[in-house]
Amino acid sequence: MTASVDTTAAISVNDLTLAYREKPVLWDIDLAVPRGSLMAVVGPNGAGKSTLIKAILGLLKPASGTIRVYGKPYQEQRRLVAYVPQRGTVDWDFPTDALDVVLMGSYGRLGWVRRPTKSDRDAAMECLGKVGMASFADRQISQLSGGQQQRVFLARALLQNADIYLMDEPFVGVDATTEHAILTLMRELQSQGKTLVVVHHDLETVSEYFDSVAILNVQLIAAGPMNTTFTADNLRQAYGPRVASKIAFLKP
Amino acid sequence: MDSALTIILICSLVAVSGALLGPFLLLRRMSLMTDAISHSILFGIVIGFLLFNTLDSLPMILAASAIGILTVVLTEMLFKTGLVREDAAIGMVFPALFSIGVIIISRFLSNVHIDIDTALVGEVIWAPFDTIPFLGGEVARGLVITGAIALVNLAFVGVFYKELKLVTFDSALASSLGFWSGGLTFALMTLVSVTAVGAFDAVGAVLLVGFMIVPAAAAYLLTERLSVMIGLSLVIGVLGCVIGYYAALAIDTSISGMMVTVLGVIFALVLIFAPQRGLLAGMLRRRRQQWEFAARLLVIHVLNHEGQPNEGDELALATVNQHLNWSPAYAEQIVQRARQRGWLDVASGRLLALTPDGRQIARETLA
Amino acid sequence: MDIGTLIRDIFLDYTLRTVVLGSVILGITSGVLGCFALLRRQSMLGDALSHAALPGICIAFLLAGENKSPFVLLMGAAAAAWIGAIIITVITRSTRIKEDAAMGVVLVSFFGFGYVILSLLQSSAGAGQAGLDKYLFGRASSMLQSDVETMVLLSAISLGLVVAFFKEFKLLAFNPEYLRTIGFSFRRIDILLTTLIVISIVIGLQTVGVVLMSAMLTAPAAAARQWTNKLSHMIVIAAGIGAVSGALGAVISASAQRVPTGPTIVIALTLITLFSLAFGSARGLVWTLVRTSRTRSAIQHHTLAVPDIEPVSGGD
Repeated sequence: MTASVDTTAAISVNDLTLAYREKPVLWDIDLAVPRGSLMAVVGPNGAGKSTLIKAILGLLKPASGTIRVYGKPYQEQRRLVAYVPQRGTVDWDFPTDALDVVLMGSYGRLGWVRRPTKSDRDAAMECLGKVGMASFADRQISQLSGGQQQRVFLARALLQNADIYLMDEPFVGVDATTEHAILTLMRELQSQGKTLVVVHHDLETVSEYFDSVAILNVQLIAAGPMNTTFTADNLRQAYGPRVASKIAFLKP
Repeated sequence: MDSALTIILICSLVAVSGALLGPFLLLRRMSLMTDAISHSILFGIVIGFLLFNTLDSLPMILAASAIGILTVVLTEMLFKTGLVREDAAIGMVFPALFSIGVIIISRFLSNVHIDIDTALVGEVIWAPFDTIPFLGGEVARGLVITGAIALVNLAFVGVFYKELKLVTFDSALASSLGFWSGGLTFALMTLVSVTAVGAFDAVGAVLLVGFMIVPAAAAYLLTERLSVMIGLSLVIGVLGCVIGYYAALAIDTSISGMMVTVLGVIFALVLIFAPQRGLLAGMLRRRRQQWEFAARLLVIHVLNHEGQPNEGDELALATVNQHLNWSPAYAEQIVQRARQRGWLDVASGRLLALTPDGRQIARETLA
Repeated sequence: MDIGTLIRDIFLDYTLRTVVLGSVILGITSGVLGCFALLRRQSMLGDALSHAALPGICIAFLLAGENKSPFVLLMGAAAAAWIGAIIITVITRSTRIKEDAAMGVVLVSFFGFGYVILSLLQSSAGAGQAGLDKYLFGRASSMLQSDVETMVLLSAISLGLVVAFFKEFKLLAFNPEYLRTIGFSFRRIDILLTTLIVISIVIGLQTVGVVLMSAMLTAPAAAARQWTNKLSHMIVIAAGIGAVSGALGAVISASAQRVPTGPTIVIALTLITLFSLAFGSARGLVWTLVRTSRTRSAIQHHTLAVPDIEPVSGGD
């Protein structure tokens, strides 16, 4: 279409503006996520981090701009994308067990009406095993800890066997074991050539956990490799002057 | 007294009570609780009748109202177990109480003047002929009852207006100020129950909800201020009674049913045509804002890309629409608008360029 | 009446058999669909839509001419309930009026309008007494074989669709956003489920009537939830509870004098629900209390053994 579409990018966002009730949440965002990157999306509250993820997933309709997954619209590529929503967005009192939630990861491939089979079930068990939750398969989901719930969501995304993983605040409210498990898994996925885009809130761990970062505050402040992008300057621009205490660790 | 006037007055007094309480119920998201109370009141009336063997003494009204309170308390208890949510709790409690009422009536009271159909929709047409001595004359019993209840409601809202407002808009603050929140809610629910009992003969259980909720909902679309909302609810409620009465007379149908139908029509008209919050106004505003928004979006796009290596493509008049994923026609209109406002110029090489005004607008918008 | 006679009557007595069958079918259908309504926090939608159905029945009656079969009337009811559902959605989405008030407005306006037509029909000679008023309270005892046949048909279709779209409905109730990301149309599934709920309401109108329908949709699901943590089990249990309540209510009201069927079903249902809330094996209050006191005594035993733990920092 135009020269600026980067066909090597896993996700390319061009001139994306998104408004909620005519109030802009994202202004004219240009972002290319290279294949195989492990990218954090950071920014203050209300910066539009989750909105960006949801826009990529086609859940929200942009006012302008295009979003491409491997050069094509999301609708054509959704088998290649797995989404890990914020844990707080669902009702954990729902009558179902961990294995069943993971099995939902097979629904997209199954399509309408068809049911998961024995082999889907085995694959789901395997995914639960990968997040260290195999022994919790038949546990009712409200009886899981926050971290365990998060790992169930992760296992569900794994079952989708996607190329691109979009995660919304997976580290929020989880225990150390889970944090470690998620991190290990993210690195393993990256080593398999997968692309991960993760909304993250904890500035202190950003540079340790990720190799690239997008800093957002309604506009895109900066995006790119960690060492050149994750600078005090850029963060101050996104968070305002009061961020100083939060990023003291950046200063030598 | 003229029977038409009596009927209109009785219903209007119910509407007045509804308009006084309805806005608070609506704003506190308790609309469906009204529905529940007005149904389980049937059980209350049965109890009242069994206790006092009459349908219209003060003790009977109070006893019946107690069942309204019981509905609220049971719903709350059920909800507090943590096993069911509030909507489900409401959905289970009132049908149970209503059912007990219906069974008692059909089993033991079938020869008494409690007709279940009437219980739902009332039968105000006979009200003028049921008179009692009052202040030296003969006055319709329904008029005295609904009048007294309207007065009580008026006194309550008048005296506790400030507190009710606080509880409604800032219940956290109100609870920190002590018993007001719980006590006022309890009082509010008591009055809803009393009103439901008093209005039972006139408009029945289901249609009472119409007088409580529909005028308040319509008024909510017309104003920002609580006092105005109550005033508008009053006007709409009484208007519904008057129009509804003559409409019902004209085609010979249920009076209370017609009144609520008219209220429904008034609501529908307000929903569509309300100046700020109506569907039409909203549509027009969104369209206007969309233009405005798109023009701002365009100048921000120019600001972001001017001087960049790819500006020849991103900002060219011919290709800018592709970047924004707009149709060429839409993009042309937006460019036109931005130019009319003096935000944009088309510079050499057919590139979009910001005017000083446009630059300021873009910066302001982003700030 | 002794038990033997009763059992014989259920199979041989036309009226009793019809009533029991109709009530059981209603119990099953509303039990199943009520589970989804409950989990989507739409329990009161049943109440709103059952009231909203009234004008549909009356208008269908007016328009139907000679052919006033129950099916035609029920389709009218379904259409009106459906329109009611759409209006509730429009009000909630495009104005600041919240869902509860939107339901209240639709419920009462539709019902008032329906009653206006109903009393017109009743006052015009001949047309009225065709049993239209039975939709207010349900007149299970006057149900005919043909009514039951219609109910069986509608119920079979709804249950078949629930079985077919079980996984879609489950995901709709649990995580609708995720459902959309994997390529399902939220709107289509939502419309289908709402339609099925409307059908179950329509089935209930003849049996328990407008007012009690909310209990039929809410209580079996709420009761079933206390016995299991698995959706498929919950649905089967809710269907069972609905069926048992329906049968109990129908039989009791038939064997006693002047006890209406609909309210009796609801009372039976309420008792079963209260029992489930108290003793339900998955979450019932009694077991929770037992567990809590056990934990408490266990903690008391171990208080001294608890080592110093570093405070766990919060999420943010």
